[in-house]
Amino acid sequence: MNAPLRGDVRHVAKNMRVDLRLIADMIAPGARVLDIGCGDGTLIAHLFHTKGCDARGIEIDMAEVTRAIAFGLPVMHGDADTDLAHYAADAFDYVVLSRTLQAVEKPHEVLRQMLRISARAVISFPNFGHWMVRWQLLATGRMPMTPTWDKPWYATPNIHPCTIRDFFALCEAEGYVVERWLAADEAGRRSPWRRSPRLANLFGEQGVFLLRRR
Amino acid sequence: MEPAPNPLAIAHQHVRFADGTVLDCGVRLPSLEVAYRTYGTLNGERTNAILVCHALTGDQYVAEPHPLTGRPGWWEAVVGPGRPIDTDRFFVICANVLGGCMGSTGPRSVRDDDRGDGTALWGTAFPPVTIGDMVRAQQRLITHLGIHRLFAVVGGSMGGMQALQWAASYPDRVFAAVPVAAAAYHSAQNIAFHEVGRQAIFADPDWQGGRYWQTGRVPARGLAVARMAAHITYLSEQALTRKFGRRQRGAETAGAQSPGEASGEEGAGLGMFDEIFEVESYLRHQGSTFVRRFDANSYLTITRAMDYFDLAQDHDGDLASAFRNARTRFCLVSFSSDWLFPTAESRAVARALNRAGANVSFVEIESDKGHDAFLLDEPGFHRTLAGFLAGCAEHAGLA
Repeated sequence: MNAPLRGDVRHVAKNMRVDLRLIADMIAPGARVLDIGCGDGTLIAHLFHTKGCDARGIEIDMAEVTRAIAFGLPVMHGDADTDLAHYAADAFDYVVLSRTLQAVEKPHEVLRQMLRISARAVISFPNFGHWMVRWQLLATGRMPMTPTWDKPWYATPNIHPCTIRDFFALCEAEGYVVERWLAADEAGRRSPWRRSPRLANLFGEQGVFLLRRR
Repeated sequence: MEPAPNPLAIAHQHVRFADGTVLDCGVRLPSLEVAYRTYGTLNGERTNAILVCHALTGDQYVAEPHPLTGRPGWWEAVVGPGRPIDTDRFFVICANVLGGCMGSTGPRSVRDDDRGDGTALWGTAFPPVTIGDMVRAQQRLITHLGIHRLFAVVGGSMGGMQALQWAASYPDRVFAAVPVAAAAYHSAQNIAFHEVGRQAIFADPDWQGGRYWQTGRVPARGLAVARMAAHITYLSEQALTRKFGRRQRGAETAGAQSPGEASGEEGAGLGMFDEIFEVESYLRHQGSTFVRRFDANSYLTITRAMDYFDLAQDHDGDLASAFRNARTRFCLVSFSSDWLFPTAESRAVARALNRAGANVSFVEIESDKGHDAFLLDEPGFHRTLAGFLAGCAEHAGLA
């Protein structure tokens, strides 16, 4: 029962989503990391095994939590909207929120909590400003359905979609410094529009941001 | 009802600390005995020891047949070779709690300072003990076994309270703690149920003010009722419905549906207040088997210890400060249908541990088996426990 553990974790990390690799690249070795919405713990396993991070996770899906703990990963059941308030200020060096911001109740409050408990935050989210989304709404007058936004409006958990430019504006309003950012396609490959938020907002399927407090 | 076997006649493996111990209440026990069992082998570095803490009516016979009842150990599903707590890998220790009746010092022990015939027992004169006192006694045992740091402390229910107390009292001596179906304090509802049980014991004339050993008549009825009431709290409504529903005894053969309408051989003899429903028969069986292995005064003492438990109160009302700077890795597990120690209680502990900056895993296992789920076959729980311990072993550098 014990023997397969290391192998399992490595296996999971090897097949990691490409956008998680982009996030992992933004995190310094040996850092204290909290991954919010960590799923089965793929990213925290990767951060522990390859960068020696003290990485922990929160996940709302109980089956994923059980799977992660059974892999030997420190994950707790919790909700980004309600549980971050229970961490001490500056408990972490990085807090990660990958493809979850658009699904929480209060995105700006979650961001505020993230940058209270951690010096830096890494956030990835699907970009509602992508040209295909814009075109579908303009041309058909109906809610867009794309590979990224793949659920009908009545069934989507994404209650707070935003664009890359919206996110820049929120960071400005809340006083967060954007240390790094990039746009990526659905598979997580970097897009080349790094100098222009407007082009990234049109052609990037997701945005990845590294923020810190001012 | 057959008489309870004399527990003093059974020899339990134990260690005696002749210098005694001072309890939280200030009373000094002149000598302290801790009965325990071990499984597996302690490694050369003495780093692979896991302490299992038992619940209210458990004991040290965690993974072997019970000497009184002959029944399998109470956690054989969890402790043993290849089990989640793998005795091929870990050295497992389980001690009977202070105040218990399986060989550790308790109400059934001989009172040392008695000047009478030298065989008088403590009985209800036994001082009140706390979960902290229990843990201090276990710590004496661990030290006696030459172990400085436990790899893990694992326990369910009151055993989970002890796991939390261990991490709070001896943070440097616990690498990992697994409180299962537990809480950081005993709730008003739980104290209320305990009080029902205690009153049932007091109401039994055979209790005789707690000095029942003098006549040889034990308060079996009172203790059985206490057990029956408590047993209901260990189950869930769904579990009772699944196991018994409204089924009546002998209903299949006799077709008995209501009192007075009884027909057939099985139903004919049943009076109005006999065991008509299967759930009644089950509870009565639970009660009558319990009194053969448990001491009423121990039950009073240990239920009180649970009632007193409030880890936050010991730290100025702030549970997080009980675990400040804790390096211990925690894994909290609750069960969805447990209403005695509901998930909210485990979540409150997890949040306090977050405030303290501790490394904490926390999961609620989906189960309809109620509080008792921690003792039963719950594959999700067993996978969680095995994986957590394996992950901790990697961090602890255990091969």
